[in-house]
Amino acid sequence: MQASRDIVISNALGLHARPAMQFVDLANQFRSNITVHKPANNAEPAVDVDGKSVMQMITLEATQGTTLRIEATGDDATIAIEQLAGLVDDKFGEEQ
Amino acid sequence: MEIIKGIGVSPGVVICHAVVLDAEDLIIPRRTVDVIDVDAELLRLQNAIARARADLDVLRNDLTTTHGKDIASIFDFHVGLLKDKTLTTQIVNEIKGNRSNAEYAVSVAMKKLAGTFLAMKDTYLSDRVKDVYDIEKRILRTLIGAKHEGLAHLTQDVVVIAHDLLPSQTAALDKTHVKGFACDVGGRTSHTAIVARAMAIPAVVGLGNVTSAIAGGDIVIIDGTRGMVIVDPDPEQLIEHQEYVRQHARFEAELATLAHLPPITTDGHAVLLMANIEFPAEIDDALARGAEGIGLYRTEFLYMASEVEPTEEDHYVAYAEAVRRLGDKPLVIRTLDLGADKYVYGKGPSKEANPFLGDRSIRMCLHNLPMFKAQLRAILRASVAGDIRIMFPMISTIMELRQAKLVLNDVMEELEDENVPFKRNLPVGMMVEVPAAALMANNFAREVAFFSIGTNDLIQYTLAVDRTNEKVAGLFTPAHPAVLALIRDVIRAANRQGISVSVCGEMAGEPIYTLLLLGLGLSNFSMNGPDVPEVKKIIRSTTTEHARQVARKVLSFDSERQVSHYLREETRKIIPEAF
Repeated sequence: MQASRDIVISNALGLHARPAMQFVDLANQFRSNITVHKPANNAEPAVDVDGKSVMQMITLEATQGTTLRIEATGDDATIAIEQLAGLVDDKFGEEQ
Repeated sequence: MEIIKGIGVSPGVVICHAVVLDAEDLIIPRRTVDVIDVDAELLRLQNAIARARADLDVLRNDLTTTHGKDIASIFDFHVGLLKDKTLTTQIVNEIKGNRSNAEYAVSVAMKKLAGTFLAMKDTYLSDRVKDVYDIEKRILRTLIGAKHEGLAHLTQDVVVIAHDLLPSQTAALDKTHVKGFACDVGGRTSHTAIVARAMAIPAVVGLGNVTSAIAGGDIVIIDGTRGMVIVDPDPEQLIEHQEYVRQHARFEAELATLAHLPPITTDGHAVLLMANIEFPAEIDDALARGAEGIGLYRTEFLYMASEVEPTEEDHYVAYAEAVRRLGDKPLVIRTLDLGADKYVYGKGPSKEANPFLGDRSIRMCLHNLPMFKAQLRAILRASVAGDIRIMFPMISTIMELRQAKLVLNDVMEELEDENVPFKRNLPVGMMVEVPAAALMANNFAREVAFFSIGTNDLIQYTLAVDRTNEKVAGLFTPAHPAVLALIRDVIRAANRQGISVSVCGEMAGEPIYTLLLLGLGLSNFSMNGPDVPEVKKIIRSTTTEHARQVARKVLSFDSERQVSHYLREETRKIIPEAF
């Protein structure tokens, strides 16, 4: 099963260490493979990283306003995407 | 083979095995393990990581109890990295693929990760590299354990590679075996630079990321004269550098014999050669090399080295120490010459669009009288013990100069009221480095006891070049005819008024300009200690008439290239070994 969703990072500080950790912790609870895709822009090529690796997620340098696509492949793909997108939309619990 | 460019802060060349320091003096031993031992190494790695995670859990729980969840969550990131399969897979592959020991594998993987972070544009994210260093230390401490070798007991000659060197680390060094330094950060005034010059060993700083390019045991060339580090040099480079080392050593030995000969031209004209320092500790070495005084004591380090603004006592202790080491030899103290961007003291720096042309140096001091007066009080108090002279930097208007002198007078009256002794007639001078001051040198000469030409900044302002900007740094040169014309005029103005004048910028210590400066009528030079012998050699090998001819010829050129070329040729005739 496959599922994917586009999300926008809306936190002021972007996807910094703490939200990246939260994303990764949540992603690791699912059996599906999780990939996060950052589209190409200006002079930078597109990037694909493993959503279960905090090391890789950090290198996305996803600042506020960045659009990312989360893709999941596996038997719990749908719920994985839902919960991960929910976390992002919730601004990772930061701010009011 | 890799060449990394940085700032050469202590001259010389050395070729040696490297020892790489992390912030806790752990030397990372690099070994290859036998095939049958690879599994044991993997197990060591696994245990160390598990132990690190356990430690972090305990730490996190403790912190949550005492400080709450937010502080403790800092460690979540650390735990996350330790759990990260991508990272652990890299380390495991290094052990399996290269049969490296666990320590080396960890340090290689962590350095790569650190490199990724450092390359990030977002400063908040690139700052997270500190977490990477922290985790590296944590795992390594477990692996290396109690048997870690310190730098206090070395068995072979090494060069030390570090991010930065703290006074506590340099103090503990086995000085007989350390032959050079290379650091990621730092500049001419950093601690590493000072210690290297005092130890007379080559050092290069500001290399960026040299600690991730070198592993313990690598062969490294540190060229402090040309400001670069070569890692794992090719055989040809090795030979070239070894020859250079030999020649340099011969030349240095020869120069050392000059230390106590007087700096007099062959026709009997005496010149005063002094040294520039940042710390009192550099004085001994400067004197040993033949300096006869300190022509520029840069007091900035007192401000940069501390987390709080230095008190009057802090200043006094430093100046009293300097004067003690000098006896009756002159000590010229320059008042604070920094911008507020260089030190913070708890408040955020207000961002100036152009700090170089902004509220810094004497301007800032005149807006911050308590701070300025504290320094002046200390200088005056120390003046009773020797020959102290004071000079104000970056003076650009007569009013500014008069204001500064008024403040100094105020301070003198205060001290008198308090019955604190000081020398009332201590000489008060100024740096001539802003073109406005150079162009009006005749007016300024009437109001000070001496000039000191700060050629570094004078050149930058006159040629509109930022020497730290690689794109234009090539345009920065003392040889530009406009700069030379200004220097000539300032010297003339000083001589006409009967006040002394010196050059204290780097130009004073560069041998190719010695004949020229001498020929322009300069009698006082102030330079880095190590440069004194070479300049003295040139002085002692020429006549004032010859120097004047050289100067006349130079002033007739209209391009810096002609000037440099001619000066190089003329200097080569006197000291061929230097070329």
